[in-house]
Amino acid sequence: MSNEFDLVIQAGKTERHYWFDIWRYRELFLFLTWKEFLVRYKQAVVGIAWSVLQPVLTMIIMAFIFGRVAQLPSGGIPYSILVFTALLPWQFFANSLTQGSMSLVSNKDMVSKIYFPRIIIPVSNVMVGAVDFLISCVLLALLMLFHHFVPSIRILILPLFVLMAFAITVGTTLFISALNVRYRDFRYIVPFMVQLGLYVSPVAYSIDVIPQKWKLLYSLNPMVGVIDGFRWSVLGGKFELYWQGLLISIVLTIIIFFIALKYFRATERTFADKI
Amino acid sequence: MTTVIKAENLGKKYIIRHKQDPYDKFADVLVKPFKYAGQKLAQPFTKEFVSFISAKEEFWALKDVSFEIKQGDRVGIIGRNGAGKSTLLKLISRITEPTTGKISIKGRVSSLLEVGTGFHPELTGRENIYLNGAILGMSRKEIKRKFDEIVAFAEVDKFLDTPVKRYSSGMYVRLAFAVAAHLEPEILIVDEVLAVGDTAFQKKCLGKMQDVGQEGRTVLFVSHNTDAVKKLCSQGILIVCGEKFFDGDVSKALDLYTEQMYNTMKDKIELSQYGITINGITLNDGKVILPFEPLVINIEIISSRLFENLAFDLTISNDDYNGFIFYTSTILHKNVKVKIKPGKNNFRCVIPKNSLCSDYYFLGFRIAEPVKGILFFEKRFLRFEVANSYYRDTNLQTLPQNGRIYMNHYWEV
Repeated sequence: MSNEFDLVIQAGKTERHYWFDIWRYRELFLFLTWKEFLVRYKQAVVGIAWSVLQPVLTMIIMAFIFGRVAQLPSGGIPYSILVFTALLPWQFFANSLTQGSMSLVSNKDMVSKIYFPRIIIPVSNVMVGAVDFLISCVLLALLMLFHHFVPSIRILILPLFVLMAFAITVGTTLFISALNVRYRDFRYIVPFMVQLGLYVSPVAYSIDVIPQKWKLLYSLNPMVGVIDGFRWSVLGGKFELYWQGLLISIVLTIIIFFIALKYFRATERTFADKI
Repeated sequence: MTTVIKAENLGKKYIIRHKQDPYDKFADVLVKPFKYAGQKLAQPFTKEFVSFISAKEEFWALKDVSFEIKQGDRVGIIGRNGAGKSTLLKLISRITEPTTGKISIKGRVSSLLEVGTGFHPELTGRENIYLNGAILGMSRKEIKRKFDEIVAFAEVDKFLDTPVKRYSSGMYVRLAFAVAAHLEPEILIVDEVLAVGDTAFQKKCLGKMQDVGQEGRTVLFVSHNTDAVKKLCSQGILIVCGEKFFDGDVSKALDLYTEQMYNTMKDKIELSQYGITINGITLNDGKVILPFEPLVINIEIISSRLFENLAFDLTISNDDYNGFIFYTSTILHKNVKVKIKPGKNNFRCVIPKNSLCSDYYFLGFRIAEPVKGILFFEKRFLRFEVANSYYRDTNLQTLPQNGRIYMNHYWEV
């Protein structure tokens, strides 16, 4: 008798096949990403165009207020490009977190009725943010074309910063979505975090505005390093990178990512009971 | 035959909170250490930390359950509401983890704990077929291959590109079941999905389920519909209060189950918040019930208070139908108000000539009040049998075997 069981579930023990399972459910992951993307703009008149309109309008408003009205320094770079470069990682983070942190709760029936690695729900929401991110990348390229702005060779390092943005976003989203299953307070905390985050990140202004003595404290926000890195690699020459800040960001990102993953894995088996 | 599911000492504990809000508050967690410190200062000698957060109680939904299921077995999981059937299925399908014990599984498991899970109202029928298929564990290729079959089964081909929120509830359920019915896992777990749609569709579903069983797949099936269980399953596991009571032949399991239901329903029922005790309901004073003979339902109630204006409802139902075979209420009758005096009260409902054909039925009982609403309702208060040992109806040669009620009529032929 071949009693080689494929799966053994034992109380209190973590499953051995977890990462293999995620691979097995890759199609579901793609389907969920596709669903989230489709659903978002259903029954909206301009539909998918919102993915373009939203960042462009935000950029215009910020460039007008901070560049024209407040006359903040931009180091000779068109203010719209300065803002838009920072908006790329920021909007990716903010949108993914807003959607992703609620994702487990809003897919309550799936979580409580069907098995699949829970991690794919919040991560698929981050993927939707990634699609928006790609659209915004194209917009940035168009914006540069319009201003006859040539990016520097440093742009080759950009993928590293993109990876970092991903790690922070996935980490934070996983952590908060899991917390949200137990503590619904995060429904109110997340919008507040995102709103506040916009002010304490160098999105609408360049990091040079921050006085030197505050910079280190300011860099405790890991998005500071990412945004600064984006600007440094895209805008080129005149832009100085704040190295100490970046280092702090990298360390924090790694810590956040692994703590989040650990917490998610530890709590995910009881999601169905708590949700 | 290989064992495909092996459960050993399976247990699942839930913590019940006696509190209005079922979710933890983040603030409670933040405040907890301070509260604890405060308590320590106030009463430094108490050793135990009295929980400030909420009164908790442990509840074992499933306790020490062990069984083995062989490949190709069709197993009905039987038990009353809250016995732990659904918890067991949730453990096997990995939705939640066991508190104790071990489950070993061989083969791909698909669970249909509720049809239409993951359906999105804004998406079209076509989109939902793909999405739902993926959620249930089908690959894209598999769905593509079965797409036409699914659409034909659901009878929604005209509305494939309409968002499902515009579907009628019948169409919605048909589509949902159609996707689920085309799964081809080695082990299929089904919970009460047959209670959907109209009768014709239910029949179709049952047929489909039988096909699945005959293909040699292992099926775990939960239903209150004892007929469906009997038709579909060969083995039965009876669960009583979270523990395995019986494991074996399905008809034996069903007999034990119905016997249990009958026995437990005879208990006195106390409605303490109203000061009412339903002391018992007897039919024909415990004597045999026959077709076309009187059926007298006697209700005995002990009350500590006076009630001026109540209403009693009685229903008769059986497993074959979702609705009631017979329904009556004191409200239907002019000027009939049920008064309950303090002490013992007896009420009777007399059916001079009952039209039930011989079979098993459930008597349901409901007490309602104009202000407070429903004080008590139990659809299956009592199980009774209408016997077929002999008959006295003048014109009939034999008792009608098909149908559940018999109406007075004549033929013009």
